[in-house]
Amino acid sequence: MFKRLAEAGTAVALTVDGKPVQARSGDTVAAALLAAGIDRCRTTPVTGAPRLPYCLMGVCFDCLVTIDGVGSRQACMVPVQEGMKVETQIGKREAGR
Amino acid sequence: MAASEYDVAVVGGGLVGVATAWGLAREGCRVVVLDEGDRAVRASRGNFALVWVQSKGLGLAPYAGWTIRSSEAWAGFAETLKQETGLDVCFQRPGGFHLSLSERELEARANNLKRLHNQPGIADYKTEIMDHAQVAKMLPDIGPEVVGGSFCPLDGHVNSLRLFRTLHTAIKARGVTYLPSHRVENITREGGEFRLTTAHREIRANRVALAAGNANMHLAPMVGLECPMRPERGQIVVTERLRPFLRHPVVTLRQTDEGTVMIGDSKEERTDPAGLTLGVSATEAERAVRMFPVLGSANVVRTWSAIRVMTQDGFPIYDESESHPGAFTVCCHSGVTLAANHALTIAPMIARGTLDTSLVAPFSARRFHVQEAG
Repeated sequence: MFKRLAEAGTAVALTVDGKPVQARSGDTVAAALLAAGIDRCRTTPVTGAPRLPYCLMGVCFDCLVTIDGVGSRQACMVPVQEGMKVETQIGKREAGR
Repeated sequence: MAASEYDVAVVGGGLVGVATAWGLAREGCRVVVLDEGDRAVRASRGNFALVWVQSKGLGLAPYAGWTIRSSEAWAGFAETLKQETGLDVCFQRPGGFHLSLSERELEARANNLKRLHNQPGIADYKTEIMDHAQVAKMLPDIGPEVVGGSFCPLDGHVNSLRLFRTLHTAIKARGVTYLPSHRVENITREGGEFRLTTAHREIRANRVALAAGNANMHLAPMVGLECPMRPERGQIVVTERLRPFLRHPVVTLRQTDEGTVMIGDSKEERTDPAGLTLGVSATEAERAVRMFPVLGSANVVRTWSAIRVMTQDGFPIYDESESHPGAFTVCCHSGVTLAANHALTIAPMIARGTLDTSLVAPFSARRFHVQEAG
């Protein structure tokens, strides 16, 4: 759905749920997820509704994902880094993970 | 008796006030609830939501029986509210724990329970002391530092914000007049009716029930009653929603129906509701992680402090005025636990016009006077 206006920056490789995704340096994790065409970054803990990044400025908390093992991070506030492991969050997180 | 607008004016729109108002409306009374505005210091929005039995009653044995009575009535109370409003307050009674992080803590706990149970006439609430292995069978995620704890099968919890909303919905449906921003400044009794002064207007009622929490201290003397209070502050730490892992509430830690974990382990004598002592939150969180190491990686999403409604000795005060007949106090710390009693037992007494001393005599504020204690 989204396409880049220009291929700025250099290529950065990360994984989303174990699958390789190509991002560009300067992307936030949220931008990288949207550019990669994922259809949900999480589902809500109570009703299970699907969510994608929305406000892209740290306000709405819709883009929560697990980054390098740390849960519920705001994807729109974290710049991508080479080798980063991103996991989508489905429903409630499991305590201890 | 004068033809007042209302049979009963309930002062206070928190959990105690609305539970009492709902019970009064069920008895057919015309009820008005006089409340403060949105900026009220409101324990009903900050509480921990336990419906708790174990440890209640050390120092006043009848309090144990009174608490058990409410605990037993709670399921029916929740069901009736659901039928009337369609709202589920998520009452659960799986039994609850008090956990100890050292042998010394466990020994102190066991001694407390022994002293409690040794009081004459105490109701038995079946609390048992368990060691680490016994606790681990019921709470598999406890950490190695948990040496044991006490378990009471009568303990439970609810969604207390939803309880607050549900009771307000229920009183509205029953035609109770709710007046926010009507802080009561003065109460007099003239011509057989009570006149309650607010900034907006004067309200008249045949009876008055004081359910204003810590503010009862100032209101009670206006109608010949007393209500000595010593408010204290508690702090709560709330995590993100987690998959259910805690099957039983712990007195300092519980997982809500929607998955958040609430941690509340503190008492401070200070009473500034706007402040938060960071060291207190840190200690609460640290003890919680020692009890359940899986919480170490959970994100905290909120913390708050709230003022506990606390009578001078911690036990409820239910009284009727001798000098101002028709004036009652309904005051306690445990507004959630005792909500069923206030709705189903206290309210009908007020509707009849007199407290049933066989049930509530031990809770009169006269206990604070040694001359009258005999």
